[in-house]
Amino acid sequence: MNTKQMPASLRAEVKNLNFFYGPKQVLKSVSLPIYENRMTALIGPSGCGKTTLLRCFNRMHDLYATANYQGEIVLHPGARNILGKEIDPMEVRMRIGMVFQKPNPFPKTIFENVAYGLKVRGVRKKSFIEERVVKSLQQAGLWNEVKDRLHSHATDMSGGQQQRLCIARALATEPEILLLDEPTSALDPISTAHIEELITELKKEITIVMVTHNLHQAARTADYTAYMYLGEVIEFGDTDQIFTTPNDTRTENYITGRFG
Amino acid sequence: MSSLAASAPDKESGQEELLGNIKARKFRDRLFALAGLMSLLFALLTLLALVVDLAMTGAPRLSYEFFTNFPSRFAERAGILSAWVGSLCIMLTTAFCAIPVGVAAGTYLEEYAPKNWVTQLIELNILNLAGIPSITFGLMALGIFVYKLGLGHSILTAGLTLGLLVLPIVIVTTREAIRAIPNSIREASYAVGASKWQTIRHHILPYSSGGIMTGVIISLSRAIGETAPIITIGALTFVAFLPTSPVKPDFPFVSFQWLKDPFTALPIQMFNWLSRPQEEFHVNAAATGIVLLLMTLLLNGVAIYIRYRFRKKMKW
Repeated sequence: MNTKQMPASLRAEVKNLNFFYGPKQVLKSVSLPIYENRMTALIGPSGCGKTTLLRCFNRMHDLYATANYQGEIVLHPGARNILGKEIDPMEVRMRIGMVFQKPNPFPKTIFENVAYGLKVRGVRKKSFIEERVVKSLQQAGLWNEVKDRLHSHATDMSGGQQQRLCIARALATEPEILLLDEPTSALDPISTAHIEELITELKKEITIVMVTHNLHQAARTADYTAYMYLGEVIEFGDTDQIFTTPNDTRTENYITGRFG
Repeated sequence: MSSLAASAPDKESGQEELLGNIKARKFRDRLFALAGLMSLLFALLTLLALVVDLAMTGAPRLSYEFFTNFPSRFAERAGILSAWVGSLCIMLTTAFCAIPVGVAAGTYLEEYAPKNWVTQLIELNILNLAGIPSITFGLMALGIFVYKLGLGHSILTAGLTLGLLVLPIVIVTTREAIRAIPNSIREASYAVGASKWQTIRHHILPYSSGGIMTGVIISLSRAIGETAPIITIGALTFVAFLPTSPVKPDFPFVSFQWLKDPFTALPIQMFNWLSRPQEEFHVNAAATGIVLLLMTLLLNGVAIYIRYRFRKKMKW
C-alpha cells in the first residue's frame, strides 16, 4: 500500500476470459488488470475460481486434457496473448513463475532445487548459476539459514523454509510475473509472517499475483484486490477501497464476514 | 436395536445388558482373529516343512565341487556348473531385454498415453498377459524365435522368452512406482519451464527408480525359477561345457558368441535329476533346489533393501 506513490503501469490484462473444465464453466467473462511491480490479491470463497484464474497465467491447465480457454490474457509490453493457441505453454511458464499451496521442493539438494529452472533452459556456466542461486536464496530470505548446507537435502527443511526455497526456485529465472497460490496456507503463523514480509519486499521488483484465503493477509500485503464469486470478478480496486468502501454489496458481505 | 443404553428406568439391568452385548461382540472379534491366525500358521508351517525337508535332503551334497563340476553319470561327482552359469547368462539377457522395454512402456502409459478406451484396453491386456501360463510363452518363442527368426535353442532365445514373460510385471511395477510420485512434483517441474521429457528424465524416472528396480528384481527372481518355457524352446538337460567366454584375446576383445550357445539352467538341471530313478540324483536335485531358493531369497532381499533405501530418501 505504501508503494502506490508512483502511478503503476499495466503488466498484464485479463480480457473477457471464459474457462471450461470439460463441459463445466469455471470462469465467466473475467477481466482484470495486473499492474507492474504491484501485488494483486485474488480473494473469494472456496470454489470461486481464484486458483483456476491464477493457473491460467502460466497455462498450468494445459497439463490436463479437458481444459479449454476462451478469451485473452495479454502480457505487456508487446501485447501478446499468452493464451493464444500459437504460444507454447513452456514459453509462458519460462516467463511467469509460480509458487504452490503446499511446498513442493524436489527431493534433491537445496542448490539443485534453485538451479533447476536454469538447468532446463540449458544454462551451463557454473559461475552464473552459482551467482543466481545465491541471489535467489537471498531474495527469498533463506540465504543465511542454508548457506552452509546448500548440498543437503531440501526435504529435510521445515515447511516454511521449503516454501521460501520454492520462492527462490521461482525467482532464479527472473520471471516477469510471480504467481502465488495460497503460499502460506500450509504454514504456521511464524513462517507465514516471514513469507508475508518477504513478498512485501519482493513486490518492489516484481509483479505478483496472489491467491489467498486469508482476508487479513490480502489487506496487509496487496496493493490491489479482486473479489471473485462463482467464477466472476465481482469487484476490483485498490485494496484500501475494497476493504473499507466496497461498491458491491456482495463484496461487502464477504469482507464483513456475513458469508464465505 | 433393543433398548440397550436407552433403558433408563432400570439402570442396573441396563448396565448388565450393555456389558453382555460388548462381551458377545468381543468374543466374535477374538474368534475371527484366531481363525485368521490358524490359516496363517497352516500356510507357513506347510512351507516351512517343505523347506526343511529340502534342506535336510540336499545339504550334504552342497560343497565347493558341487558348484564347479559339470553334470556326470555319477551322482557324487555331478555338479551344477553349467546350470548356474546358464541361469546367470539367461538372467542377464532377460534383464537386458525386459528393463528398457518395460520401463519405456510403463512410462509411456503413465505419462504420455491419452486417457481413453484404447489405453484402457492396452492396460487390461497387460494385466492379462501377466497371468498367461508360462508354457504358452515357450510355445510362442519356439515358433517365432527358434524357427522364424532362426535364433536356435540358445541363451538368446531363452533370455528373450523370459524377458517377454516378465515384461508385464516390469510394466506394471514401473507404472505403480511412477504413480506414487505426487502430481505436485510434476507441476513444480513444469512451472519453471521444463518440458515433458525433462520432467521425466530429471524427476519421474529418478524418483521412481527404487520402485522400478524392486519390480525388476522381483520379476527376475520369478524368471530364474521358470522351467516350462525354457524346456519348450529346447534347453539341454546334460551340458558338459560352458558358453563361449565373453572376452577374447584379439580385437575387439568382447564376444557375444555366448548368446548363440546352447544352455541348461538350474530348474532344468533339477528337473532332470529328479526324473532319474536313482535315489542319489534326487539328493542332487534337492541341493539344486536349495541353491535356487537361496538365489531367489537373495534377490528378494536386495529388492527389499533398495526399496527401504529409496523410501528413506524420497520424501515429498
